[in-house]
Amino acid sequence: MLIAGILFVSNNSFGKEIIISPGSDAQDRLQEAMILMDEGDTLVIAAGYYEFEDGLSLDVNNVTIKGDGMDKTILDFKSQKSGAQGLLVTSDKVTLKDFAILDAKGDALKVIGSNGINMINLRTEWTGGPKSTNGAYGFYPVESEDVLIEGCVAIGASDAGIYVGQSKNIIVRDSIAQYNVAGIEIENSYYADVYNNLASHNTAGILVFDLPDLPQQGGHHIRVFDNKAIDNDTDNFAPEGNIVGEVPRGTGIIVMANSDVEIFNNLMSGNGTVNLSIVSYSDETDDPNYYPHPKRIQVHNNTYGPGGFDPDLETGDLAKALFEISNGDMPDVFWDGVVPLSQMFFGQPEDEKLIMDEENQVSFLTISPIKYMLGFSNPIRKDKKEFKGVINPLEPIVIDGL
Amino acid sequence: MKKTVQLLIVFMLSMRIDAVNQNLIVSDTFPQKLSEFHFFVDGSAQIPHSDVIPYELISTLFSDYSYKQRWVYVPKNTKAQYQENWVFDFPIGSALIKTFYYPIDERNPELGKNLLETRLLLRKESGWEAVSYAWNDEQNEAFKKVAGKTINVSWIDFMGETKEVRYRVPNVNQCKECHAANDKITPIGPKARNINKDFQFEDGEFNQLTYWMSRQIIDNYPLDLISPVDWMDESQDLNERVRSYLDVNCGHCHSPTGNANSTGLYLHLNETRDVNLGVYKKPVATGRGSGGLKYSIVPGKPEESILLHRMISMDPGVMMPESGRALTHEEAVEMVREWIMFMEK
Repeated sequence: MLIAGILFVSNNSFGKEIIISPGSDAQDRLQEAMILMDEGDTLVIAAGYYEFEDGLSLDVNNVTIKGDGMDKTILDFKSQKSGAQGLLVTSDKVTLKDFAILDAKGDALKVIGSNGINMINLRTEWTGGPKSTNGAYGFYPVESEDVLIEGCVAIGASDAGIYVGQSKNIIVRDSIAQYNVAGIEIENSYYADVYNNLASHNTAGILVFDLPDLPQQGGHHIRVFDNKAIDNDTDNFAPEGNIVGEVPRGTGIIVMANSDVEIFNNLMSGNGTVNLSIVSYSDETDDPNYYPHPKRIQVHNNTYGPGGFDPDLETGDLAKALFEISNGDMPDVFWDGVVPLSQMFFGQPEDEKLIMDEENQVSFLTISPIKYMLGFSNPIRKDKKEFKGVINPLEPIVIDGL
Repeated sequence: MKKTVQLLIVFMLSMRIDAVNQNLIVSDTFPQKLSEFHFFVDGSAQIPHSDVIPYELISTLFSDYSYKQRWVYVPKNTKAQYQENWVFDFPIGSALIKTFYYPIDERNPELGKNLLETRLLLRKESGWEAVSYAWNDEQNEAFKKVAGKTINVSWIDFMGETKEVRYRVPNVNQCKECHAANDKITPIGPKARNINKDFQFEDGEFNQLTYWMSRQIIDNYPLDLISPVDWMDESQDLNERVRSYLDVNCGHCHSPTGNANSTGLYLHLNETRDVNLGVYKKPVATGRGSGGLKYSIVPGKPEESILLHRMISMDPGVMMPESGRALTHEEAVEMVREWIMFMEK
């Protein structure tokens, strides 16, 4: 019976094309097609409006699922009664393009353990504006490899609009993240290029984080360039307990506890707390395999507009501490200066130091933790000169077959 | 007398019907109807073929208060191999069969059952495959449901109250979500330690492992097996009851080989590290699932523990497990609440 609504258009060596159109039983027809399709097939979801009561899932390798455009093929989950996400993908070599996932009860699009996942011209959105009852993530690939997010739009996630966790070989480009808590977040991941994106009106624009007690940690080799992290002015609406719940409103880019991160050619502007922060993981952890400090961070050729004019002293510790220590004179770039105890006394190894090559007028502030702890009257440093050094560009990320 | 007649009928039925359809178990496709497998001599009454052996688990997964009956089929002249800490390695052609149902009235079993679905795990040459068959309204046949099915069902509970649930028959992918270990489908229940209990068989009450040995469907099992406790057995140690419950309800995903391994929260029986068990563990990618709470488990403070919050919730974006539950398991919630309350700080 269900098969009647599915039209087999062609059948050649490149696989067949299956078309699903709106109408009754669309949920069952779409889910069944996603289960029964073969490798090499393309599933076309025709333009229209589709409503779902249960989450969808895909577990077939080497397939394409495409709509008629992110404003034309609409998958609406506002009546969802089961499933922790809108769409779950668990297979390899999958391309998803040209549709929208709206108002999922949990995450919008979750991808677990995929080797080769392309997300192109998709939209995830919670249509009621920023709310703590919105789902956590718009785009949520985790434990995946060869991850492409291109031309996508993420709006209203109560954690991160675009979140890549515990993955390898990642490109996030030409995408827009707005009215999320975090616009774009790369967490516990290796080898990522994040470029040409617009992150605006979030609580924070772009985050590069590493957290303890996880199967993959030690995030490294992340390039963040040619992005606009501007006007991130939405109050933090993340449910408490989540790490992004501690991020103050008005932060452009934050790097936490990663190594080999290169931040360049970005525009950071209109961020009321601080345009760029580089910080250690500050909570307690007993994880012996976890390194909580950023190292080999390179910052150069960025453009800074107004920042620090409206610090969010209500959320987390970052804004408050920075406000106190700077006497309200918030810098463009902040490094918390926290290093392992031995390095506080004997200095950081030369090749682990922060390198900064920015215009003279870019303001900077860092703390000398030793002086701070011993109660020196002036534990801060503002001079960028000692951080000047030779930039060693990181290798671009290449995904085979792109 | 009644029993004898019943047995006689079963015997006659099994004479008329063919053997379990071995070819269908290993076939590339699933038949449309459950009856084609010949697992049952009488599907409506759920009377199995004589080669299909019933069993029970010590602790079971909560599925909205539905009842479950389980059977195993192992082809003649083959045996499942014992594996330490893991399910038996069943030979090709084996089947694990599980029927979900509600009694019409829990106070009066005579009134009969409302059969919902029969789930199959079939051991094919390439590995296990999962599929479910949903019973029709007439209750005389179950049909393959690749995309799952919603059944709005009600029953009368022990208190005489009418209960209602939007019961979901899982789709094939959802079967895999729980039954995946290292990306391969695997049974969860029939580990030797989980079936090490007595059961009333047609021919008497026996330990299930002993019985399986006598029926020659397993090769071996250790005599010094340490089994989890039945979580419902209040005479047992609370910690062991909770760990047994969490193992069977959460541990298939929340383990280093399971679907939720990226969370770092591991609730399988073998986990020993406090932080991985959730004690003062911060959420990672939990989003609003955290309910505004800071840790999975705060010893002494169940109301501040995310784990309990997500067990109670009926919101699809918050609740755990992610699928297979639409109601709150009140009895388990109370037990876990007590466990956290008295946990050493």
